[in-house]
Amino acid sequence: MSAKNMEKVEQATNRKNISLPMSRVRLIMKSSPDVSCINQDALFLTTKATELFVQHLALSSYKNGSGKETNTLSYSDLANAAEESETFQFLTDILPKKILAREYLKSLEEMEKDADNL
Amino acid sequence: MAEKPEDLNLPNAVITRIIKEALPDGVNVSKEARRAISQAASVFVLYATSCANNFAMKAKRKTLNAGDVMSAMEEMEFERFLQPLREALEAYKKGQKGKKEASEQKRKDKEKKNSPGENDKSRDEEEDEHMDDEQEGENEGEEEDVEN
Repeated sequence: MSAKNMEKVEQATNRKNISLPMSRVRLIMKSSPDVSCINQDALFLTTKATELFVQHLALSSYKNGSGKETNTLSYSDLANAAEESETFQFLTDILPKKILAREYLKSLEEMEKDADNL
Repeated sequence: MAEKPEDLNLPNAVITRIIKEALPDGVNVSKEARRAISQAASVFVLYATSCANNFAMKAKRKTLNAGDVMSAMEEMEFERFLQPLREALEAYKKGQKGKKEASEQKRKDKEKKNSPGENDKSRDEEEDEHMDDEQEGENEGEEEDVEN
C-alpha cells in the first residue's frame, strides 16, 4: 500500500509541469501521415506547447471579445479571434463564424446577381 | 482495432482547468467555447506535428525530435512559447533522470525482496505494470535498459 502511495507522491513532486496526458497527445500525433517515430522530448514539448496554446487562445479571445461585458468567453469570441488574428488563422475552418440564415440567404442572392451581371 | 472518436480529443476536464487558470477569476466559459477550444487544441497538435515533421524530413531523419518541435513553433509564429518551452524541457529532463535513477533503485530493492512469499510477488507485478506504463514513452527514443 505504502509503495504505491509513494509512487504517486513521487509523480506529483516530479513537477512534470503538464496536465494534458502525453499518451493522448501521442495518439493525435501518430494520426498524422508520414510521421514514424516521436522522440520523448518532442512529445513532451508538443504537449506543453498545446497547453500554452489553450491558454493563449482563451485569453486572447477573451481580451478581444465582447465577453468582457458579459464576463463570459463565448464561441463567437473564439471565431472572431480565428478570423482577425494571423496566428489563429489555421483555425478558421473549425471555428467558423455563425451567421443568421437570413443574412446567408441575402448574400446568396447578391452572389447570383453578380453572376448575372457578368 | 477501432478508434473511438474521443481518442483524438483531449480530456475535457483538463482543458477546462487550463482555460480557467488562464482567464481572470470569475470569468465563465460557455460549453460551446470549451468544446471549440478543445478541438482547436487537437488541430494545433496536428498542425505542429506536421510542421515539425517537415523539419525532420528535411534533415533526413525519421524521428521527430525536440529541435523540430521548436522550429515548428517559430514557423507557426508562436515564438512567445519558445522560452517557456525551453525551461519546461529542462525541468522535465531533470525529472526524468531522477525517475530513472529511482526506478533502477527500486528494482534493485525488489530483487532483494523477492525471496519471501507469493503476496509480495503479486504486488510487485502490479508495480511493474505501473512502471511499464510510465516508461512506455521513454522507450521510444532511448535504449531499453536490459534487466539481468
